[in-house]
Amino acid sequence: MSVALSLTVNGKAERAEIDPRTLLVEFIRNDLGLTGTHVGCDTGQCGACTVLIDGNAVKACTILAVQAEAAKVTTIEGLANNGEMHPMQAAFKECHGLQCGFCTPGMVLSAIDLVQRHPNADEKKIRAELEGNLCRCTGYQNIVKAVAQGAAAMRR
Amino acid sequence: MGANDLNTIGQSVRRKEDYRFLIGAGQYTDDVNPPHHTHAYFLRSPHAHAKIRKTDTSKAKAAPGVVGIYTGADLTGVNGLPCGWLITGTDGQPMKEPPHPVLAQDKVRYVGDGIALVIAETPDQAKDAAELIDVDYEVLPAVVNPVDALKSGAPQIHDGAPGNKCYTWALGDKAAVDAAFAKAAHVTKLDIVNNRLIPNAIEPRAAVASYSRADDGYTLYVTSQNPHVERLLMTAFVLGLPETKVRVIAPDVGGGFGSKIYLYPEETAMVWASKRVNRPIKWTAERSESFLSDAHGRDHVTHAELALDKDGKFLAMRVHTTAAMGAYLSTFASCIPTILYATLLAGQYTTPAIYCEVTAVFTNTAPVDAYRGAGRPEATYVVERLVYAAAAEMGIAQDEIRRRNFIRKFPYQTPVALLYDTGGYDACLDEAMKMADVRGFAARKAEAAKRGKLRGLGYSSYIEACGIAPSNIAGALGARAGLYEVGEVRVNPTGGVTVFTGSHSHGQGHETTFSQVVASRLGIPIENVEIVHGDTGRIPFGMGTYGSRSLAVGGTAIIKALDKVVAKGKKIAAHLLEAAEADIEFKDGKFNVAGTDRSKAFGEVALAAYVPHNYPLDKLEPGLDETAFYDPTNFTFPAGTHICEVEVDPETGVVQIVDFSACDDFGNIINPMIVEGQVHGGLAQGIGQALLECCVYDKETGQLLTGSYMDYAMPRAAHLPSFKVATKVTPCTHNPLGAKGCGEAGAIGAPAALMNAVHDALAAAGVKYIDMPATPHRVWNAIQAAKH
Ligand code: FES
Ligand code: FES
Repeated sequence: MSVALSLTVNGKAERAEIDPRTLLVEFIRNDLGLTGTHVGCDTGQCGACTVLIDGNAVKACTILAVQAEAAKVTTIEGLANNGEMHPMQAAFKECHGLQCGFCTPGMVLSAIDLVQRHPNADEKKIRAELEGNLCRCTGYQNIVKAVAQGAAAMRR
Repeated sequence: MGANDLNTIGQSVRRKEDYRFLIGAGQYTDDVNPPHHTHAYFLRSPHAHAKIRKTDTSKAKAAPGVVGIYTGADLTGVNGLPCGWLITGTDGQPMKEPPHPVLAQDKVRYVGDGIALVIAETPDQAKDAAELIDVDYEVLPAVVNPVDALKSGAPQIHDGAPGNKCYTWALGDKAAVDAAFAKAAHVTKLDIVNNRLIPNAIEPRAAVASYSRADDGYTLYVTSQNPHVERLLMTAFVLGLPETKVRVIAPDVGGGFGSKIYLYPEETAMVWASKRVNRPIKWTAERSESFLSDAHGRDHVTHAELALDKDGKFLAMRVHTTAAMGAYLSTFASCIPTILYATLLAGQYTTPAIYCEVTAVFTNTAPVDAYRGAGRPEATYVVERLVYAAAAEMGIAQDEIRRRNFIRKFPYQTPVALLYDTGGYDACLDEAMKMADVRGFAARKAEAAKRGKLRGLGYSSYIEACGIAPSNIAGALGARAGLYEVGEVRVNPTGGVTVFTGSHSHGQGHETTFSQVVASRLGIPIENVEIVHGDTGRIPFGMGTYGSRSLAVGGTAIIKALDKVVAKGKKIAAHLLEAAEADIEFKDGKFNVAGTDRSKAFGEVALAAYVPHNYPLDKLEPGLDETAFYDPTNFTFPAGTHICEVEVDPETGVVQIVDFSACDDFGNIINPMIVEGQVHGGLAQGIGQALLECCVYDKETGQLLTGSYMDYAMPRAAHLPSFKVATKVTPCTHNPLGAKGCGEAGAIGAPAALMNAVHDALAAAGVKYIDMPATPHRVWNAIQAAKH
């Protein structure tokens, strides 16, 4: 049995016939080939799979693809504009907010959502808001710095 | 741009690899999708210890989408997984090396032990089919704690290892230690548990194995820190294939921390099966599988004693450790609690006599192997907890007792085999004390006390041994592999340089650091340097990345290859400039005739080497492509002092880190930004061990109780403070970069600093001792117990 799905991913209209049990993250990775969205756990705890759905950060492993029907999804591949990185991406590079890069797409998208909700978040707030994203490499310090710097750049 | 701008040594150059990671273009193993590939699922044992009476796969084989199912019985001609380090026991006998089958043969020995490889068209079909496999188990009693496993009457895990003992091994002069203890003014004794940890790189292990009938060869993409070692072990020891027929590619790897060094059963079975099914096979561990089957770390139970004279000078140390190996010997398991542990017990101190005895034990748990720091965090924890306790007992200040015992003359031969080449321990201690504002601590403690809170300050003056070396000495100590590294510098005709390194980056930023080294040496822009790693089909035979060795060992191999490139370049330039070779000097990207303004740019020499029209063909081969292997003459010895300040709420038991200051000596630094990042990450893991993380198996059933991120407490952003980090430099004396390594320091130094701070805080509540992790529950209980 398969169901029809139509949605917009990174500005592009997508239509597919999928198994109804397909998770959004599986659809993004396997059907669309957008492998920048990562899977780091099976309990919705790590945030590596975070994408934006209609502008809000969502862990793509926690919802079915069909739940994103008609939604506008942004993955890490959809952030840069003509090869120029989004200010949050640029801040991660500038602040060394990534090492192995595996948590990074989820971190960057969570950070953008965070800044939209709390444009002036201080360190404490940023740390609290990153609760849903695990990073094993950086000790979070430079991620926190990057989010603050990215926030400042986004305000401009 | 002036030539000097090209020298970026010591600058925080932003990373070359970041762009691809930030736009989602990284290529991790799970992103590799060969056409027509199948999916693997591993059926794993639900029991910690059981005999397999019968396995019936007939129903499963008929399930939809199944391509192939293999159990241990099918793997005829496939050997067990080898252990890379032979430890010889105090009885003169080699360690017990019971077979480590790729898939269980007649018995399972831990929850997660592999039973069957199920290959199907989709991951779900593979999983569904696995449920149809009928395994008839005879469940046996299990033992998960290493001390329990040694007791008489404990369940026997391997026939070939009576009493579950792998080896008892010792280092040091026992008689000298006993004599020193006999005349000691004070003896400090501690019983210490070093908690078992699960590495948890955020990228789970994964593999994609393909077979090609065209050349009877295999390609394996795998999450590995050292693809050549993986290939050598898999082909020569397990599958009996020629090395030339297997290409191992470790593409972008999402963190390793040791857990991706080893040859694991999964990818081995997949390579074998890829020929049987004649289609590519893909497997990515689910996180719950990672918890069950990745090699874990630590898991020591130790009794330690320190003998001191009346002035607090250390006279001798005596340590007995029981170290868990888990159910099977993982690739380097045996050398962690021995060679990388007992040898570090001198720490930064002049303790003249040290004796350490280690008993390694099989348990019904996942294998234990190197995890960030590997042996050195355990050693540091023993030493620094003893030093803290001795100082507290004798009423000596924590910095003072360290200063009274610091090694200050180098080279220094420790009583536990290592020869420290250089160091400056006072400088790091002084700086860390400034950073931590130790002077203001008493006031802060008093202020906290007014609020009913307990403040504590903890020191950890750690040392580590990195860049494990030299091969001949390691070989004499039981290493079954070489410990050199390789670098190839291929200058392209147009002057760009491709560097092939045996080191592997899984977050460390080698593409940037190594490019800085090469560009600075050759006087060319960083953009003109490309670093290639992680592919046995492209790089020369290298040893990979572990033990903070990449710059000190891998970087040195590159330097040696660069020296050869420059030497040959001088010959070419001498010809072009019609000068004597001895008169040519190479500086800022130019070959000059000394004392003249005549010169040839690096690019011109490169072009001449590949278009040798005007070239000394009678004396010199064309081309400019040099390889060097570097085998270090000694370990490197990064060291430093970490100081942690905590505030404990006695009502809740919550430990809050108020400040963490780290001053480290990593020798010369190429890229300070990357080094700081490594320190931050290491500190987070060290603090994770001390405050949050603990792997727990059920004592009765051997079930893993901390098998997900819901149960295993990973450090999150809000758990951690902003660290203050600084460095001091005493360059390593025996490699040309003067570099020591920085990857593990944080994880080594931090646990003792934090736990010493917790003990310092809890002293006011009468608490004498608690183990890691200092969870609110444990701290609160200790406070309550001390009241009665
Ligand atoms: S993969 Fe979605 S939260 Fe971990
Ligand atoms: S950069 Fe590796 S997990 Fe965050």
